[in-house]
Amino acid sequence: MLTFVGLGLYDPKDITLKGLEAVRTADVVYAEFYTSPTGARTIANLEATYGRRILPLEREDLEERAEDGILRQAKSKNVVLLSGGDAMIATTHVDLRLRAMDMGIKTRIVHASSISTAAAGLCGLQSYKFGKSATVSPPYGGVISSVPYDTVRDNRARGLHTLLYLDIGMRIAYALELLESVERERGEEVLKHSLMVGIARAGSDSPVVKADYMAELKRYDFGDPPHVLIVTGELHFMERDALRKIAKAPVIPAGR
Amino acid sequence: MATRGKKAAERVKLLMDKTERIRNIGIIAHIDHGKTTLTDNLLAGAGIISKELAGEQLFTDFYYLEQERGITIFAANVSMVYHHKDEDYLINLIDTPGHVDFGGDVTRALRAVDGAVVVVDAVEGAMPQTETVLRQAMKENVKPVLFINKVDRMINELRVDAREMQTRLARIIDKVNKLIQGMNKEKYKEWKLDAAKGNVAFGSALYNWAISVPTMQSTGIGFKEVYEYCTAGNMKELAEKCPAYVAVLDMVTEHLPNPLDAQKYRLPVIWHGDINSKIGQSMINCDPNGEVAFMVTSISVDPHAGEVATGRLFSGSIEKGKELFVSGLYKKNRVQQVSIYMGQERVEVERVPAGNIAALVGVKDAIVGSTLSSVEMVPFESIKHYSEPVVTVAVEAKSTKDLPRLIEVLRKIAKEDPMVRVEINEETGEHLVSGMGELHLEIITNRINHDENIPIIVSPPIVVYRETVQEHAGPVEGKSPNRHNKFYFEVEPLDPAIVDKIKAEELTVGKDRVVLRDKLMEAGMNKEEAKNVVDIIEGNVLIDMTKGIQYLRETMELIQEGFRDVMTKGPLAREKCRGVKVKLVDVKLHEDSIHRGPAQVIPAVRNALLGAMLLAKATFLEPMVEVFISIPQNLFGNVTRELQSRRGQILDMQTEGEMISVRAEAPVAEMFGFAGDIRSATEGRALWSTEFVGFKPIPQALFVEKVLEVRKRKGLKPEMPKPGDFLS
Repeated sequence: MLTFVGLGLYDPKDITLKGLEAVRTADVVYAEFYTSPTGARTIANLEATYGRRILPLEREDLEERAEDGILRQAKSKNVVLLSGGDAMIATTHVDLRLRAMDMGIKTRIVHASSISTAAAGLCGLQSYKFGKSATVSPPYGGVISSVPYDTVRDNRARGLHTLLYLDIGMRIAYALELLESVERERGEEVLKHSLMVGIARAGSDSPVVKADYMAELKRYDFGDPPHVLIVTGELHFMERDALRKIAKAPVIPAGR
Repeated sequence: MATRGKKAAERVKLLMDKTERIRNIGIIAHIDHGKTTLTDNLLAGAGIISKELAGEQLFTDFYYLEQERGITIFAANVSMVYHHKDEDYLINLIDTPGHVDFGGDVTRALRAVDGAVVVVDAVEGAMPQTETVLRQAMKENVKPVLFINKVDRMINELRVDAREMQTRLARIIDKVNKLIQGMNKEKYKEWKLDAAKGNVAFGSALYNWAISVPTMQSTGIGFKEVYEYCTAGNMKELAEKCPAYVAVLDMVTEHLPNPLDAQKYRLPVIWHGDINSKIGQSMINCDPNGEVAFMVTSISVDPHAGEVATGRLFSGSIEKGKELFVSGLYKKNRVQQVSIYMGQERVEVERVPAGNIAALVGVKDAIVGSTLSSVEMVPFESIKHYSEPVVTVAVEAKSTKDLPRLIEVLRKIAKEDPMVRVEINEETGEHLVSGMGELHLEIITNRINHDENIPIIVSPPIVVYRETVQEHAGPVEGKSPNRHNKFYFEVEPLDPAIVDKIKAEELTVGKDRVVLRDKLMEAGMNKEEAKNVVDIIEGNVLIDMTKGIQYLRETMELIQEGFRDVMTKGPLAREKCRGVKVKLVDVKLHEDSIHRGPAQVIPAVRNALLGAMLLAKATFLEPMVEVFISIPQNLFGNVTRELQSRRGQILDMQTEGEMISVRAEAPVAEMFGFAGDIRSATEGRALWSTEFVGFKPIPQALFVEKVLEVRKRKGLKPEMPKPGDFLS
């Protein structure tokens, strides 16, 4: 049996009671931290909080060596895999689950909160008004992916908000620089006139939520990662009100 | 030398501006046919060395190893003044090495010159390297004149009579003419060698005499008289009446072009920019007042001045303090010193105008082949040479304290000599140095040991193989570790004609895709493939045959990285690949770029290609040389035995009198130590040379053994790799 347990947003206490039960009754507990930010979690404080030995896994352990490792164990034992956010938010976990099913292993999921809903909640935007999401990744060999920019543009065209995940450790200011350079190359002005919301350390005791336009947001000090970014689409009057009160947005012209 | 040299230097300076009286020339020949000896004669004539020493001094052989071994290793530069028909002429001369290991130097020297004195041994006639260097000259549109050397040997050793002597000389001229005609039909009519025209001279550089049809008319000494002087052993008198430098330099000033004339027809060959542009016109006209266009043909290191870049100034004038762009860098270097050459010395001058050969100090970003210019311009065509470094030694510092200096010296050597490849491995401290042959590497390691005073341990030479495929395989699927992306490749052998074209013209995927497409199509690639070539490395191509795949553009760089990785470290034993055509036929990508980063794409591509190559019957190619041996007939048996024990195959044999000349082909791997063995097998009577001719598949019987040998040497698992090692 392989149980995927979500750790929730930020620190060891964000796990659900059901998740904690699974951890405590498992034969072996693994954790991976490469698909989502660790926040305030370390192996040591997870072990201390849950009272269990927890074994860390690398990317290769799940992607390349799972059949000879975690999956083989799961055939005869109760194995738990811990990961940040919701248990299934990382696409790799879906792949792992499929491979487990191919091997005749029973699987179970224990959900937890994820940034994909928390981000909207923290700033007061309405979750059903979001379009597709995308990840801002660092450039490689000078090539900046245009996917995040295209996603924002397509969503904006339909009046939808966009949640942009940032690569682990990436800060809002750098993500904006990357997006801006794609916009400059295209000769467009979609981002320039969009109201955005930056969110840092969601789930912690000191989250930062700030709404503003790109030029100002780039200079805003959000503190340590994890960071995410929302580019808003058309705003409902209640959303506008929420951004003003919660996210300290500047005066927002009507229609935006 | 001091006063004579100084005086000569003054006259050189005076002539630099008189472009129509400049001759930039090279001397080219097969090894041992007497280039350097002839150079000495010319220098003596110009008053740079004493006439008594000419023929023995080997003035341009500066390097102590050159003097010791009696061969020329590096191309050297000399300028001199020659007085002809009441006028002074400035002759900029580049002496080039003849040993095949140093072929790269010859090719580079030819870019700087407009004319070449082709030296041919009267007894041996035109030899394979005569042909190689002549072909390079013809490609660069460098005009030839002919000097047939060692005529005395023909008379005194072959014991031919006066009539036979003339027949033989005529035969040599015919042979060289046929070569020229075959290489450059267009110019042949104008450049045909003809004793009557005066563009051929005959003589003995060692005994300092030479004649030509024009000198026969002025001195009255013809073939009959020469024959008599030689048989009577009175060549000293002959040298007084017919000094070699007069016949040869008369020929040079009369028949070789000045830069004004030469640049008009050479420029379209060596520069592919717009001839009608300002800089194009300035070069065509060799205009000293135009913008600067300079091509670096060699880099040397002066203990005081540092790096010295020597080359040809095609347009403009260079003076101290001038700022020049270095091609490919978008960056300017300031010229700290401008000089010309006088024998071993560089003589600093105020300025050098267009048409001259100059040496620059301060252009530290330049490498051999760089274009230096005062405005940004299309760089000169890269210099083409036809050999590749295929012999490698591992070099290690004896003492760890020398480690950093050794790396520095190796980098310097690689910069100075483009025919050297250096692979630095800071982890193991064992660095690989590849060169043209055993001798070439010996010179390099000698330099490190003695000149640089870094004691090193040098491994026995090893041969560098290439990996290639023999069949078609695929589509083969490569999955990224996260299984979110899939790549489908086909591999197959790349047509050898295309590989040769890529190698010869150093084709790469640059900005101008249309030019590349046309060049590949010329070599026989079909249009659909030629227009989609996205990468070329080491004679292998990557072709993107997919259509309209979203986000592929963002991923192509990573696919190329995987491709390059495999092409420089093949599946069999991590040797470089060659002649592999890789086609990307389909791709499935995850939309979000975070799921298709380097850690995902590169291994997917790498494993797919490694597996596909093994499925396509990967094999080794080994470097081959042609061996030319000339020996007395009674020793023929010993030579064939020696060749057969080295997997050599005799391709051709020709008897001439007592001598027999053999042309054979053998793997470089088997030729180590040949010099010593052939000497003892023939009592030192064999004249021989080798020439790199390319790569050939290794015999099937040796395949596994050689792969395992290389794997063991590199510390890889001593097993033959299987497709299943890379494909799931």
